[in-house]
Amino acid sequence: MGVIVNLKKCNGCKRMKEPLCIRYCPGNLMAQDQRTGKAYVRNNSDCWDCFVCAKYCPESAISIRIPYKIANYKASLEPKIEQNKIKWTLTNIDGKTENFKTKTIDNI
Amino acid sequence: MLREKYKTEYLETDFLIIGGGAAGCVAAVELHEKNPDAKIIIMEKAYIDRSGCLAAGMNTINAYIPPDETEENFTRYIRADSIGLVREDLILSSAPYINPIVKKLEKWGLPFKKDKNKKYITRGKWHVKINGERLKPILAAQARKTNALILNRTTATNFLTKDGKVIGATGFNVRHGKFFVITSKATLIATGGASGIYSPNNGGLAHHKVWYSPFNTGAGYAMGIRAGAEMTSFEMRFIALRTKDVIAPTGILSLEFNCPLINARGENFLNTKYHHIGGSRASTNFRLYSQILEVKEGRGPVYYETKHLSDKNIRKLKIAYLNAAPHEVLYLSANNFNHKKDAIEICGTEPYITGGHCQAGYWIDKDRSTTLEGLYAAGDVAGGFPHKFASGCMSEGIISANSALKKIKHNKVIKPSHEQVINEQKRVYAPLERMAKIQDGILPNEMERRLQKIMDEYAGGICVFYEMNEERLLIARKELSNLKQQTNYLIANDFHELMLAHEVIDRIDVARVLVEHLIYRKETRWPGYQTRLDYPWRDDYHWLKFVNSRMENGKTNTFTREYKQIVPGDKYISNYAV
Repeated sequence: MGVIVNLKKCNGCKRMKEPLCIRYCPGNLMAQDQRTGKAYVRNNSDCWDCFVCAKYCPESAISIRIPYKIANYKASLEPKIEQNKIKWTLTNIDGKTENFKTKTIDNI
Repeated sequence: MLREKYKTEYLETDFLIIGGGAAGCVAAVELHEKNPDAKIIIMEKAYIDRSGCLAAGMNTINAYIPPDETEENFTRYIRADSIGLVREDLILSSAPYINPIVKKLEKWGLPFKKDKNKKYITRGKWHVKINGERLKPILAAQARKTNALILNRTTATNFLTKDGKVIGATGFNVRHGKFFVITSKATLIATGGASGIYSPNNGGLAHHKVWYSPFNTGAGYAMGIRAGAEMTSFEMRFIALRTKDVIAPTGILSLEFNCPLINARGENFLNTKYHHIGGSRASTNFRLYSQILEVKEGRGPVYYETKHLSDKNIRKLKIAYLNAAPHEVLYLSANNFNHKKDAIEICGTEPYITGGHCQAGYWIDKDRSTTLEGLYAAGDVAGGFPHKFASGCMSEGIISANSALKKIKHNKVIKPSHEQVINEQKRVYAPLERMAKIQDGILPNEMERRLQKIMDEYAGGICVFYEMNEERLLIARKELSNLKQQTNYLIANDFHELMLAHEVIDRIDVARVLVEHLIYRKETRWPGYQTRLDYPWRDDYHWLKFVNSRMENGKTNTFTREYKQIVPGDKYISNYAV
């Protein structure tokens, strides 16, 4: 596992020329389904878990799941880009959440 | 025929930068500052804002010379960490550029952590702390301001050469397949190092849970090897101690939070058994080697202890990981890890080939020129200067841009021969053509697994505790020679897979040179990184030298180059360790 696209939320970044996850993936792993316009992953085992696609997704439609081979179902870590920061929500396998902020900059 | 099938674009430029990472972006900025009229092209395999090693971010700048330290001591620390063998001229020529580029990163908007007196907060001796999630987008934004033509999703395939001179490069777009023939007055190779040469820690569906970017596939090394450039020190492989399973960095645990490294019996083995070589500040390869021995001798696993951390520090630790390796935070949470009760298990990574942590790469001069005229090298692909890390890579970008500047003034663009372009097109698109015509062959990932298995078993991978001997290396040589022949049967279904096919071709070329270097060095200089069971000792008399190689007429010739000490003092003990 690596990238999971929530097809209910993904709208293929419809106003943009290219969906952001497809633009940014360092492994060229994201692609667009020509029929639905939604994003999909070419090969999830090639994912590096760098979180770039999840950070940029404007619809929060992407979650990163570490391969089951090494990590339990169903913890999650969701980044949300806000002004000059990223808000992270970490949920452990018992559903307990923890929130973090990391400092970034906008308008570079 | 191929030219009609796959569109070809011819471009001309003053400065061609291959690889838009830390070194490449800064080289573009430097050249533009010095000569705003110069035309620049950046070839980037991914998208420049999030490509290569820095895609997820960084939480420290790992090469910085603090105000109370000197460039000589910086050199001494790197020399001792590299067991006495480094290119001191390269370190000393880069050092003056390191702090200014760090300052510049701050000016460009990178948030640094500072103390009450507005000074950078250091981590260990040579690192400064940053909130570096945006480090790569910041560099990309500066590169964009130069008006360089940035060819995103364009992977380089080979140099164009004339009479031994590099006159440009070819590449193709990994989305729509267009072929590029780019001629330039000066060319910089800055594609990073190579992962995926050996079997990774986790196979199968988790095979890309690796520390070094799995998308750094050694293209720049392979292009240089094929063009006959001189390479150095491939045998000084980098094997890192990383957190088990997700293979995330550990410097933060040891340097920032002073977590003790303990074996399964709770012993702080570095401080007891390895006190004489620096204890917890022993050289990087010995910290790895001691961990290997603990495991081999039945005292594994080895852990970083976290139970001393306060709740506040545990939170800080998680935030630091979110800045650089967020998957570690998710991994620990998914496995119900409790910092107060559990300890973080660590392991050695697969061996990587990189000039940023170790010193595998192009043999270069102080001006970062390679042995091929017209070609410069900077960053992880350039050899001789280990521990340069991101800021050192940037300093090499600056130096190479200034060297290229002079060439641009005098050089003219030279056109490649028609034959060279046609032959390269044939080579590049062969896996697609084979798929279209024969529909049978070897998929890139199948060949990658085979390469990794050969290297793992016969050339000192994880499965043999990174150890090797000549007989096994000779088998690796033979198997790789066979594998090289098999690359003719590679098939690709689309342009993405075509990229993967060329990645494995490049990795095989890198692996073959690596094996020649490993065979040639008949001593053990860096236990852990390069452990020769048949030559278990360090032999300064014969081997305090660089092992270099050059491909001539399809054969890799290996030879030595002298080491020159510039900074006085003991080569193996330094009081300036991390």
